[in-house]
Amino acid sequence: MLKVTNAILSARDATLTIGGRTILDKVNLDVRPNEIVTVIGPNGAGKSTLVRCLLGLQPLTSGEIIRSKSLRIGYVPQRFPLTSNVPLDVRRLLSLTLKPTESEIDEALAETGISHLKDANVARLSGGELQRALLARALLRKPELLVLDEPVQAVDFLGEARMYELISDVRKRHGCGILMVSHDLHMVMAESDHVVCLNGHVCCEGGPTKVQQDPEFAKLFGPSAARMIAAYTHHHDHDHESHDCGHDHHNHDHRH
Amino acid sequence: MLDILTQPFFQRALLAGLAIASVAGPVGCFIVWRRMAYFGETLAHSGLFGVGLGLLLGFSLTLGAVASGVAVALLLMLMKSQRILATDTLLGILSHTSLALGIVTVGFVTGSAGDHMDLLFGDILTVSWKDVSVVWVGGAAVLLILGFLWRDLIAMSVHEELAQAEGIKVRRVELGFVLLIALMTAISMKIVGLLLITALLVIPAAAARRLTNSPEAMALVSAAIACVAVVMGLALSAFANAITGPAIVLSAGLLFVLTLLRPQAS
Repeated sequence: MLKVTNAILSARDATLTIGGRTILDKVNLDVRPNEIVTVIGPNGAGKSTLVRCLLGLQPLTSGEIIRSKSLRIGYVPQRFPLTSNVPLDVRRLLSLTLKPTESEIDEALAETGISHLKDANVARLSGGELQRALLARALLRKPELLVLDEPVQAVDFLGEARMYELISDVRKRHGCGILMVSHDLHMVMAESDHVVCLNGHVCCEGGPTKVQQDPEFAKLFGPSAARMIAAYTHHHDHDHESHDCGHDHHNHDHRH
Repeated sequence: MLDILTQPFFQRALLAGLAIASVAGPVGCFIVWRRMAYFGETLAHSGLFGVGLGLLLGFSLTLGAVASGVAVALLLMLMKSQRILATDTLLGILSHTSLALGIVTVGFVTGSAGDHMDLLFGDILTVSWKDVSVVWVGGAAVLLILGFLWRDLIAMSVHEELAQAEGIKVRRVELGFVLLIALMTAISMKIVGLLLITALLVIPAAAARRLTNSPEAMALVSAAIACVAVVMGLALSAFANAITGPAIVLSAGLLFVLTLLRPQAS
């Protein structure tokens, strides 16, 4: 498959072997500006490992990660120690590695809908509130790419829908690319431009409608999963299939 | 009863003890935040081997303790990256092996390790003015390094991978922190001893955790609690004839229990 090269972050034949076990097997992936790419797969499929490789936290055995020059990434990690020993309020959480002004903090918290929690202790936040605080934190970096590892994992069903709405709003407002990892099949699919189905290797990929009809997808998640997703995606059935539409407004600025 | 305050040996003990406490408070916070209590203990235990080598080859015992602490820490980081054993198992091996190695080495030099029990439990009442100056200079160095690493260390204590993804050079900061703990251990050994230093690091910080809601407040309160523990320990030692090092640790433990009576800060 020929891909256009204006991706801001790419994996090329990314392979990772640890102790003789292949965790990632020649994974190819591209994220372009203003595009939501979702990586789905069962537990142990290497989703979080792929994210760690893409972020440069884990070196590859072979293959390469290509990032556009000085790409600003906002990262929301999957696991966050809720019982962290460090006493911390939300304001401080947002300024751990940056020095944002008070109004920047206010703006980010307003955008993620948790202005009232500015002085709250981080250890006292609910799963959804913490996710929103971490998202606000990522937005403060003015990211060109947001990396969200399981953004709804600790969120209840209703909160899940709201979280996806928020993520979709963020994309519209900031025009950033979004790389999302999920083991949750349902709502993820609706907003995604591109879905990559991972199980060590890329089993299948494409627009959400294409992926759910793929026999590899049914093999991985069972045929009932495909039917369930249809219910969520039927009103998003415009064309996501082509890979080369309307992304020619950014220059190719790659670095190794 | 306060006559003892005019005694030079007691003044020296107080000066050395308060310096150690002021440094142990903030450093201990990071031990608690980063869940490194056992790591700190391993580093402290390994200090004795450095002391033994220092006695054997005739160089500074403080330097020897710092060097062996750093060596063991590097060995640990290397073994950790090999992923052969769980970290706590590795620490268990290194901690006790290095302690035994230290006792054996010291035994070779002096004929019996008993002569150097003060290194294990501390002997604050016999510190010289030179010891006091070593503690103050070493303590100042530790605080200086800590201040330099402060922001990065806090970010790493909250979430190491997030900090790394956001551009913090975690390996470099980690090395700085290891050096800092080794230095802290070395200057503390005459005061509270290698077996008890972890207690002075962990207990005041744990007590302060319950009373504060920002990292800086916790570090300051932790230092204050450690200072009170030193004064209480010295008093216990002077008036009740308790062995000083353990008396200081017991005082810290008592202060911790007192904080349990107060509900956790928000």
